[in-house]
Amino acid sequence: MNCSATGKTSVIIGWRIHFVLLISRQGKVRLTKWYSPYSQKERTKVIRELSGMILSRGPKLCNFIEWRGLKVVYKRYASLYFCMCVDTEDNELETLEIIHHYVEILDRYFGNVCELDLIFNFHKAYYILDEVLIAGELQESSKKSVARVIAAQDTLIDNAKEQANSLSNMIAQATK
Amino acid sequence: MALSGMRGLSVFISDVRNCQNKEQERVRVDKELANIRTRFKNQRGLTPYEKKKYVWKMLYIYMLGYDVDFGHMETVALISAPKYAEKQVGYIVTSCLLNENHDFLRLVINTVRNDIIGRNETFQCLALTMVGNVGGREFSESLAPDVQKLLVSNTCRPLVRKKAALCLLRLYRKNPDVVNVEGWSQQMVQLLDERDLGVLTAVMSLLVALVASNPDGYWSCLPKCVHILERLTRNQDILQEYTYYGIPSPWLQVKTMRVLQYFPVVEDPNVRRGLFDVLQRILVGTDVVKNVNKNNASHAVLFEAIALVMHLDADQEMMSQCVALLGKFVAVREPNIRYLGLENMTRMLLVADVNESIKKHQAHIISSLKDPDISIRRRSLDLLYGMCDISNAKDIVEELLQYLTTADFGIREELALKAAILAEKFAPNLAWYVEVILQLIEKAGDFVSDDIWYRVVQFVTNNDDLQAFAAAKARDYLDKPAVHETMVKVAGYLLGEYSHLLARRPGCSPKEVFHIIHDKFPTVTTPTKALLLSAYVKILMHSQPPDQELQAQVDEVFKRCESFIDAEVQQRAVEYIILSHKGPSMVDIMAEMPKFPERQSALIKRAEDAEGEPTEMSATKLRQRQNSMALVVADPGSANGGLPPPSLALPEPPPPAPETAAPAAPAAPQSAYANGTNKAPAPAATNGDLLGDLLAPLALEAPPISTPSPLTQSADPGEPLALALYDQQNQIKPIGSIEDWFRALSLKDSGVLYEDPYIQIGIKSEWREAQAKMVLFLGNKHTAPLVNIRVLILPAPHLKMQFSRVPDTIPPRAQVQVPVEVTCLSASRETAVLDFSYTISTLPVNVKLRLPTLMNKIFQAAPVSASDFVAHWRAIAGPPTKLQEV
Repeated sequence: MNCSATGKTSVIIGWRIHFVLLISRQGKVRLTKWYSPYSQKERTKVIRELSGMILSRGPKLCNFIEWRGLKVVYKRYASLYFCMCVDTEDNELETLEIIHHYVEILDRYFGNVCELDLIFNFHKAYYILDEVLIAGELQESSKKSVARVIAAQDTLIDNAKEQANSLSNMIAQATK
Repeated sequence: MALSGMRGLSVFISDVRNCQNKEQERVRVDKELANIRTRFKNQRGLTPYEKKKYVWKMLYIYMLGYDVDFGHMETVALISAPKYAEKQVGYIVTSCLLNENHDFLRLVINTVRNDIIGRNETFQCLALTMVGNVGGREFSESLAPDVQKLLVSNTCRPLVRKKAALCLLRLYRKNPDVVNVEGWSQQMVQLLDERDLGVLTAVMSLLVALVASNPDGYWSCLPKCVHILERLTRNQDILQEYTYYGIPSPWLQVKTMRVLQYFPVVEDPNVRRGLFDVLQRILVGTDVVKNVNKNNASHAVLFEAIALVMHLDADQEMMSQCVALLGKFVAVREPNIRYLGLENMTRMLLVADVNESIKKHQAHIISSLKDPDISIRRRSLDLLYGMCDISNAKDIVEELLQYLTTADFGIREELALKAAILAEKFAPNLAWYVEVILQLIEKAGDFVSDDIWYRVVQFVTNNDDLQAFAAAKARDYLDKPAVHETMVKVAGYLLGEYSHLLARRPGCSPKEVFHIIHDKFPTVTTPTKALLLSAYVKILMHSQPPDQELQAQVDEVFKRCESFIDAEVQQRAVEYIILSHKGPSMVDIMAEMPKFPERQSALIKRAEDAEGEPTEMSATKLRQRQNSMALVVADPGSANGGLPPPSLALPEPPPPAPETAAPAAPAAPQSAYANGTNKAPAPAATNGDLLGDLLAPLALEAPPISTPSPLTQSADPGEPLALALYDQQNQIKPIGSIEDWFRALSLKDSGVLYEDPYIQIGIKSEWREAQAKMVLFLGNKHTAPLVNIRVLILPAPHLKMQFSRVPDTIPPRAQVQVPVEVTCLSASRETAVLDFSYTISTLPVNVKLRLPTLMNKIFQAAPVSASDFVAHWRAIAGPPTKLQEV
């Protein structure tokens, strides 16, 4: 279980995001997604370490911090910090715009997204992220395309709910 | 505010948010966990909706930072559910809660495979996403062919194929063998014709990994990549939804250029020309605009283009164009661009001869060293370090020293080390070098390793005109309040050797110098105390005519140390007290240290070693050499404007070292230390002998050409190395007495056989009559691997010994066990000898250690009753076999 980000398990140190973190200004975690294998213990440690470093940074500094031989690209949107950890040789600005890309997609989906949306709909934040990134790589750069897929998923889930409702109605009727 | 769509979940989240403090939160979470646990235990009556709700709750609790150590089974089970809504929850939560090494994941490989090969597109997507995010080796082995099929399938929609491409990428990373099948490179070429940019982006990510590990195999993809890049930069036939702030998919542009950096060269002149056209257009056409995102995106492309230009060995003109751009960037206010400007300039130094043009921007780079942002300060430090050469060393090193006083703790060590290396490599003159190091010790003594001050001593010893200067400086630093111990060491050494050169200056009489040093004596550690004792005796020797008062004071110090707890200090005290009363003969013995042979700086060597370690699998040549955490040492010949190496060479040619010196060196102190500590020096020894003995051990270290002493005479192990530096350089010496360890082992069956700063050899043996099972434990204590491990056992004729092969390398902090079978064939007082050697950062170490294969180990008590004994006793005739005394 004890594999670190640059661990020996991965054969190629490619180009990818090791993990994504959303942290509120108060240090609350709003989303975590790990693409490199971190054990539970390491995850907790990473979150603690990074939130300490990032939250204490002033407003007019650059969006990159060097950390444990890796680089964390972060950006603050209102009360939320979006962080992505990449290898040192990765393209920082490109990663920064992946963050923005994700934020724009969330914004379109929720309509002027705020932290509360992401708290109460954290599960949606997760499956939207899954349409943006896989294996730590950008999957889709078209916001429209992502929106279409998410809408289709929502319909599927809603259908399921309606079915379940009608089913339970039928049962209720039948057992009356 | 949009609610989750699950009432129970929303209520729980509200509850947690309404908690006043962490304690309340924990109570609420524990209650919920208990509830979930009971509901999961009795699954009857649990509706799919409830299952979903509980699993989402678990993820939420997990995200809050609480341990969720149950329910994994239920989560994983949802993956097998028939309905999309449940399957989705199962897949998403599983990939969040578990990492690839989790056993539960193995349980679902079959279900996942069925989803991937099934007809349901939405299920395929879920499965591919999860495998792409957490798939491990087993997934790789069982799913790769299916995923590969999906990627090239004609019937699958782009949605599925792009996921398949990234999923395959992960599987390939976990096990590269899965993709290297016949004809796959041709498939990749075809995939690059893809019209859907989403799929193309994913395919390009996959291609980066494939080309990175096997550029030759994917050669045919190169022209296609250049073509894609051309199409993107010209904005030909790119759908509106794939432009980002007006830029045609910056991500795809960056990725395509990244692929191109993994091909060693671009040979085809047409392709090369096309590529350079594109790059030229990017370099020239990127402007700074108001919109942050547009700016970031276009500069992301620009920086990648610069990296590609560096990789392609572009012509001089294009290179200077890049340097000019970077020069502009290091001067801007916008912190991101400045950071990247500094970073890329450092990279550029490593691949191209651009030192001179970068020097023009030195002022801006130095000002970034004072930026409030630590990320920028680090980049600036790295760049300054890389661009330093003999022409600007003075400015840069002085800036670094100034910055050292205010630098944050995290960066200080690196800063001090870099300053020391630069000072040594590029010193315009030696006095400046000595001054810099002394300042460095004053400002960051904790971070100045012994290597650094040893080097100062070497230079001062070897350069006569430096000696008075160095001694005076050292004297000044001792006057300051709160002197660092390292400063006490270097000052003590320098003043001991050279303070007599200052004797005429005010405040520098031998007595005053002695007092100023001795003030520090009570507060320093034992090794420093030992060093100071040598300094005292040297001061005493140099005070001519002898000063009775000083003699009395020094004598008193020595007397007090005669019973000092540390043997080394004690021995020095005892010897010096006798020597110091020997009058003129002392002068011969205590003469100045001979010049050191020229040797490579341990510091620079260390830095070079750090650089030499290959960073795993990194991309290009350039990236291999760039490692921001390790020290980046530019080759002075090429990277620093072709300037000759600095003139720190010694005035006279280095004396040839005796051939035996290197291999014998580590063994020498052993014997010297082994039993030297408990033997007093022979006071009756004649002058010549004493001199010879004292110098002989030194000869291994630094053979003086002019010394008349017989170098051939071997060191008498009875004499200590008192006059040598306490810590001998370039020698790895045991931390303890080999003799003592051996003695302890002759009575015990397990213990330490040998230990030095890098390795510990332990031994454990189990004797059964004349046979033993012995195990040697070779433990690497160091953070780097020990290489060239060689273990030989030279058995004594009476012993038969067998042992298995020993690995060549011991990884950091690892232990290797070597079992040895010993059979004793006859009685003998000899022991087997372990001939052990290893190499630590190119320094070979060899020790020969006696193994405790002693006769007493196989002695066995023979129980004899009293009457039997008397019977035997009587049977023996008289002397010599029988002797009785009462």
